[in-house]
Order: sequence, then structure tokens, then C-alpha cells
Amino acid sequence: MVWAKIGAACLLACVALDPALASGGLQQSFLQPMGPVAEEQFSHLIRVVGITMIVILPVLLGVPFILWRYRYSKPRGDYTPEWEFSKKLEYALWGVPVLVVAVLASWLWYSTDKLDPYVPLGPDPLQVQAIGLDWKWLFIYPEEGIATVDELVVPVGRPVEITLTTDTVMQSLLIAPLTGQIYAMPGMTTKLNFSATRTGEAEGENTQFNGDGFGRQKFTVRALAPADYASWVEGGGDGLTLDEGTYATLRQQSVLADARGDLGLDKRAEPIVMTLGQKGIFEQIVAKYHGAAGPRWGGTGLPQGNATGGGE
Amino acid sequence: MSGNTSPIFGNLNWNVTPYTDLLQHVDSSTIVGAGAASVLVFGAIAGVALFTYMRWWGPLYRIWLTSPDAKKIGIMYIALALVMLARGIIEGFVMRAHQATALGTLAQPEAGLVAPDHFSQLFSTHGTIMIFFVAMPLLIGLINFVLPQQLGARDMAFPVLNQVSLGLTAAGAALIMISLLVGQFGTGGWTMYPPYTGIDFSPGEGVDYWLWAILISGMGSTLTGMNFAVTIFKERAPGMHFMRMPLFCWTSLCVAIMLVYAMPALTVSSAMLALDRYAGFHFFTNAAGGNMMNYANIFWMFGHPEVYILILPAFGVFSEISSTFSGKRLYGYTSLVIASMSIAVISFTVWLHHFFTMGQSAGVNIAFGIATMIIGIPTGVKIYDWMATMWRGRVRITTPIVYLTGFFLLFVIGGLSGIILANPSIDYQVHNSTFLVAHFHNVIIPGVLYGMLAGIHYWFPKAFGFRLSETWGRRTAYLFVGGFIFTFMPLYVLGMMGFPRRSPTFQNPEFLPWMYVAAFGGVLMMCALASLMWTFWTSYRNRTALAVPGGDPWNGSTLEWSSPAPVPEWTFPQIPQIQARGDWGEAKRAGDPWKGPERYTDIEMPANTAHGLLIAGAAFALGFAMVWHIWWLAILSFLAIPGMIALRGMRVITPKIIPAAEVEEADRRFRQQVASLASATRADEETERNRGVPDLSEFAG
Repeated sequence: MVWAKIGAACLLACVALDPALASGGLQQSFLQPMGPVAEEQFSHLIRVVGITMIVILPVLLGVPFILWRYRYSKPRGDYTPEWEFSKKLEYALWGVPVLVVAVLASWLWYSTDKLDPYVPLGPDPLQVQAIGLDWKWLFIYPEEGIATVDELVVPVGRPVEITLTTDTVMQSLLIAPLTGQIYAMPGMTTKLNFSATRTGEAEGENTQFNGDGFGRQKFTVRALAPADYASWVEGGGDGLTLDEGTYATLRQQSVLADARGDLGLDKRAEPIVMTLGQKGIFEQIVAKYHGAAGPRWGGTGLPQGNATGGGE
Repeated sequence: MSGNTSPIFGNLNWNVTPYTDLLQHVDSSTIVGAGAASVLVFGAIAGVALFTYMRWWGPLYRIWLTSPDAKKIGIMYIALALVMLARGIIEGFVMRAHQATALGTLAQPEAGLVAPDHFSQLFSTHGTIMIFFVAMPLLIGLINFVLPQQLGARDMAFPVLNQVSLGLTAAGAALIMISLLVGQFGTGGWTMYPPYTGIDFSPGEGVDYWLWAILISGMGSTLTGMNFAVTIFKERAPGMHFMRMPLFCWTSLCVAIMLVYAMPALTVSSAMLALDRYAGFHFFTNAAGGNMMNYANIFWMFGHPEVYILILPAFGVFSEISSTFSGKRLYGYTSLVIASMSIAVISFTVWLHHFFTMGQSAGVNIAFGIATMIIGIPTGVKIYDWMATMWRGRVRITTPIVYLTGFFLLFVIGGLSGIILANPSIDYQVHNSTFLVAHFHNVIIPGVLYGMLAGIHYWFPKAFGFRLSETWGRRTAYLFVGGFIFTFMPLYVLGMMGFPRRSPTFQNPEFLPWMYVAAFGGVLMMCALASLMWTFWTSYRNRTALAVPGGDPWNGSTLEWSSPAPVPEWTFPQIPQIQARGDWGEAKRAGDPWKGPERYTDIEMPANTAHGLLIAGAAFALGFAMVWHIWWLAILSFLAIPGMIALRGMRVITPKIIPAAEVEEADRRFRQQVASLASATRADEETERNRGVPDLSEFAG
């Protein structure tokens, strides 16, 4: 595992060149994990790099050596032009990669099973529902009666389960310091399970290209101490309620700052916190695509009065 | 815009060119757009003027465009690929330049060289061009040129079909090119995932340009696959058993089989998306029972084998050059054959790794993740086999060997990132990030591009009769290696820092230094492109000094080196009787390899025909008409294609007969010339003394 350590050192060197990541600011990388899932992903990365070095280093070192030793202009060593096969060498050439892949495959099985995003990290996870819109994320806390746009607040120590869908094209939600990504698609739900082990702020994003505002579809993730989380829940919001009216505005193709303007708030890229107007909004939006809700919640097409090419 | 479709012009009007965009709004983005269109327009005008002034139209038509000769078709494929490569590299550079200027904030509109919509067209055309109109024509062209010569055949099994395949590929490329000037291209990336590319979210002509370019050129590639497969199965010279075929023929066979099985999946997924867009179907729509996951599924059933379609011919090239330039037999022939065939088969079992993050169960991801790792085994074995080939050899550091070295050292890093991505648990993090972008460029540039450029350098004398400049060849190779490292290593870092692919802007100032490094890499890539073009030009000017009429400049062992350079239309005066693997090498060992045949016979070759050209024209018209909803033209050109096939089917085609006397005269002249030329040792390989007649005493292996 010497190489694993060197690999880890190299990766960390890349990150250490990066003062913002080391010193506060929004964390955006799984190389500085804030929870057990990203932590395991990081250590699995180091493990894979280390094991794979067994088959890669012979090439990285061997090729320059061969070129130097057997170059035509100043050759050293034997010249065996007719040599074309060696049984022993053949066993090594096939055997070593087979063994390495066998080891890697076992680890792959273990880590994929362990990090299955559908499995909660503990009992009673905090339920959050996420709806991908063009070009923002709507988070619904059904138990707390809160909805936010582009802000996800979670308590440290309690497992979180996000159920995802979209009300537009396919998107993919990634909160790198906490967990990996998963696609969200209209009419369907997927899940992400994770938990935060320390407080901090991270950046979440959509990674699946969905039009002009894609580059600005980011959201803030705050992992708070349980008491702080409770007071955030109590804190109320911007005085808005998530109902069909506000939802119709949010569903338009716009980035966060413009959506705030449309809702009558000041046009900054700050999250919106709302109270929930009714129960079961998420379920109704999923059901829209199965012909259930009729024309409610904006229907299934592109929002009216807004062609492509927004984001300006 | 579909509101007022004209019965004659469809949706075409004067507002679809980038010049009208420029008139409406002047900024860096519209200037870049109009500039690109101008390069196309002025390039076309200059080309027409040059051809007219030089009176090249007649020869172009008679010698090239109507030729069913696989060697000429191969060269035309490569010429097409190099033109498209120039556009692809320039687009890559513009994207790197954009991202280096694209630091913004969440509250303000996107900054940078080009607008977000323009940027997304750039990454979409760049990907589409590089995969379908650079990599594919490069490898198909190289196989067309080399395969029959290595098999001891005079042509492909279906020469006219071959012409049609080239025509369809060129028609697809022309559609992509015309989209620079007329209308917009799609913005959904080279994969064009719905529902984003469905009619609801992407109205207009953009996605249709992609669809018709892919449908038309994809048909050409499928036909090519059949042609290659039949040629290998039926057209080998007597004695050319399967296990005597050069490795390049084996990898061509893999490619042929994979094209036949993989391309239809792409045709199906594109046709389904076209039905969604044109006929109101609901295969991939959000509502009414559509399911976009099926698109990803079908697309990647093509998409993953495609990656190995691209890489395997390059592996074939590396097998040839590692042996030739080491002066040594290829190590582990059987191993390499088994490894190539295993890759061809396993590549059909891994496609799901392109969407580990779509929400399926862990068990499915584990199965496909492990399958993906298994494909690394034969790939690794091949790399070790080439190293063993060079070990205890006498390696000449020629241009192809510089490419091979670049391939060895960089491709293993691409392999490492591939193994990383094969782990679903890590893929959850770096999927859709620039880490992934860096990974596939890391395998495709050092693998496919270096391999193809090495192959072009290696076989160029066979096509044109003179070698390419080694000095400029090596400079080009160094620039492509350096350009790759500076452009894509930063993208690995950015990807791990959380930067998604296809992003027109970013807010983290810490990304900026890496963007600058990558932009510098883009500059190097532009230099490499210029250096590549200069290599061709300077070698053409020095063609007398670089001429190798003896036809065997590298002291090779495979059959194609037995013929003159440039190789005559009929390739072999008499179909050779193959005695051994590396038959030409065996003949050299036996003593007098340049023995002429005892008697000459008439040679029957396929006659020139404009069939492929006409079908290409109709296919382009069909694509363009469908993109712009010009229905009358679409119907007309759609009917024209089967019509022309039927017409040709009813005509009696007389083949071209090359009289024995002509063949004898040319062949005897070649053999006399070989006898009169001084032989060159390997030490003289790069000098003017190399006239294509190697020193036989040096040959071993």
C-alpha cells in the first residue's frame, strides 16, 4: 500500500494548491468530505489508484528504459530479432492483470454495495424532496412544512434521504462533499442517502446539461448543529408560500436571481425560504406525468410565455 | 417558427445566418459565429477558385470522386477527416479560450468569449465532429487503404458500395458544415439526450442537423462494416490463413464485426428521436408514456462498442509499427489476436457504465462495473506485448515511435482514470464532470489520434511515393503530446474539484489557474495542427528527395511493402501465394524478394462510376430538406436513392480491363528500378539514400 499513500499524497497536493478549499468558502469537492459517504468515496479512490499502479508503473518506467537501452543509435544489450514468444512471460502478462482486476472487482463490489444511494444511513432519516427546475432546485421539507429554492439545510448527525424528481428535462444532483450524484427525471423518483458529520457549507449543483442557465444552477448546502437547524426551521422565511401561483413563477426558465425578481424579492442570488401551502405537492408533480393531475401545477409542457434562450 | 412554413423553402429564411445575428447584436460571441461562417464561405470560394485556376475539376472527378478503388477511397476518407479535424481542434481551442474568460457570479449573466447558447453548440459540434467525422473516417480510411494490400486483395469485396459509404459519410459531414452558415446546431452535446433534445425543449433545426448527419453517416458506417467483414472472409490471397493475417487485419475484422452490430443501435435511437420530433411520437418524451432512459440505454449500446471501434485500428497500427521500427518480430501474435477479439466481444457488455447514476440497483452497477474492469485485462496485455516486441530490439525513434511512446505513457493514465470511473461508487462523484472529459480525451487522443497519425506517417509513402519529413513529423508528434498534457491534465483536477462538463460559466476563482493552463494546452494543440499541415506541405515540396520508388522504406515484413510506391491501381501484378505470416519478410530472408511473376494476365478492375457521388448528393439533399422541412425536396431525394440503385441494378456494368501488356510493362519497369537503386541500411532510413529498397542483410524478424 506504499503506492496508495503516494497516490493519496499526489491527490492531496493537487488540492493543497487550492487555498480556498483548505480555508473555508463553499466546499465543492469530495476530496474534503463532510460526511461518511464522500469519505468512503475518497478513500476508495485512493485504494483504486494504489492497486492499479501495479499494472501501470511497469509501463511508465519500462517504456523509457526500453527506448533508452535498445535505441538504434546507441544500443546496449542483446538483439533477438526472431524472439516472439515466451510461455513464462505469457503467464505473467495475463496473470498479473487478472489478479489485479480480481482484487479491484472485489473492492468494487464491496464499496458499491456499501454506498448504495438507496439505503439510508441510519434509522429515521430526515426526509427532503427535491424538484429540479430550469435552472434551480426546489427543496421541500414535508415534515417541517418548509420549501426552499437553492438551499439545502441539514442537521449534523442525522441521516438525510432526498427523494428526487424534475419538472423539466433530466437533471443530476450532486453535493460533492457529502455524497455522489443521481439523475432526476420527470414522472420518476430517485433517492440519495447521506449524512453530515461536521458543520460547514458546501456547494451543490446540477451536472446534467439542461440549457443556457446550466452554469448557474448551483445551490448552497449548510450542515448545521442540531440546535441551529431547529432554529432555522423555526425562523420562517421570506414571507412567501409555495402554492400553484409561486410554483408557476419558479417553473419558468430562469436562474435564481431572476426568479427572485419575478417573485417580488430583490434580485440577488440568495436562497428563497417559503412555507408550504399544502401537503403532497411533490407527489402531485410526479403524478402530472402520469396523466393524473390534469392541467394543475403547470401541466407537462414547457412553461408558457417563456421560449428557450433565457438566462440573460 | 413552424408557424409559417413555406411550401418551397420550408423554414428557411434570411434570418438564419450568423451574419443576421451579428447585425442584430455585436459582441464577441456573434463575431466568433460570423467569423466561423466566413471561414467556411471564403474557404469554399478559395477552393473553387483554386480548382478552376489549376484545371483540377476534371482530374478530381475522373481520378478521385468516381473511383471505386479502395485505396483512393481510403485517401479521400482521410482527407475529409483532416478537414474536419481542423474544425474540431479550432472549436476545442475556442472552448478553452471561452472557459479561461468565463469566471462569473451567480447573480450576473454569463461572461466570457461566447454566449452560453453558442458555447453549447460548440461542445455539441466538437464532440459530434471528432467522433463521427474525424475518428471514424480516419480509421475507415486507413483500413480501406491498408487492408486489401495486406490481405493480398486488389480491392474490397464491394467496391461501389464502398464508394456509397464514403458518399454517405461526406454527406453527413457536409450537413454539419453547412450548419455553420445556415441556422443553428443542437445544444444537447454529442449524445443529444432527450427530453432536452425533444421538440418541446429544443424546437428548431439544431437537433435535426445532428439527427440527419448521424442517420446518414451511420448508414454509411454500417455498410462499411459489412464490406470489411466480407472482404476479410472472402478476399484473402491463397495461403493467407486467418492466423497469418497481420495484426492490423485482425483489428480490422474486429472493427467490421463491431460496426455491423453496434451501428444499428445508433440508427434506431436516432430514428426514434426523429419520430418523436417529426411525427409526434412519445418514445422519449416526458409525458404520455415516454421514457428517456431508453434513449440512454440504446444510445450507449452503440456508444460503448464505438469506443473500441475507434481504438482497435490504432492498436493494429501500433502492432505493425512496434515490430517494424524495432527490427524485430511482433511478440505474442496469438496473444494479441485473442486480446483483440476479447475486447471486441466484451465491449458489448459494458455499456451501462455510462449511466451508473441513473438510479438502478447496486447489483446492476456492480455487474457492469466488473465487466468494465475485465476489458482492461486484454488491453493491458496488448500494451505489454508491444513492450516485449521492443525489448531486445533496435528501436529507431521515428515519428511513429514518438507517437507510440506518447501513447504508452499517456494511455495508461487514461486507463487508470478508466478503472477509477468503472467503480460506480467513485463514478457517482466524477460522472458528468470534466474528470470524465479528461478521461475520454485521454484514451481517444493518445489512442486513436496518435495511432491514426502514426499510421498515416507509416503508410504515406505507399500512397504517394514519398516519405513525410521526419523532422516535422516528430515536431508535430511532440506538440500533440504536449498539447494533450497541458489541455487535459488540468481537467482531471477541475473535475475532482467539482466542475461539471459542458458548463458555460463557473463561480469558483480557484478554477481559474487550471483554466489558464488548459487554454495554453489549447494553443499547443493549434500549433500541432499547423505543424501537421506544414508536414504535408514541406514534404510535398521535397518530394523528389523523399521519394521511395522501391516501395519498402521501413524494411517491413507485411505484404503491402512488396509493391511500388505509389502503389499501382491493381496493387499486385499477380495475386500472391502466401507461404507464411509476414510473407514479405520471409521472402526477404529467402534471398530475392523482388522476383516478378512468370507470366502476366489481364486484370479486371471495377469501372469508375458516379453512383456513390449521386447517392451522396441525394442523401445530403434529403438531410437538408428534412432539417428545414422542405417536404417536396425531401420526398424527391428520398425516392431518388432507391431509384438510382434500381437503375444501376438494371444496367449491364462493364468492368475495366487492364491489359496484361500494360501490367507487364509497369511491373518490369518497377523491378528494373529496384535492381538499379542502391539499398539503404536502417541507419540511412531518414536520409535521401532511402529510396525504398532496404538492405536485405539487415532484415531479421
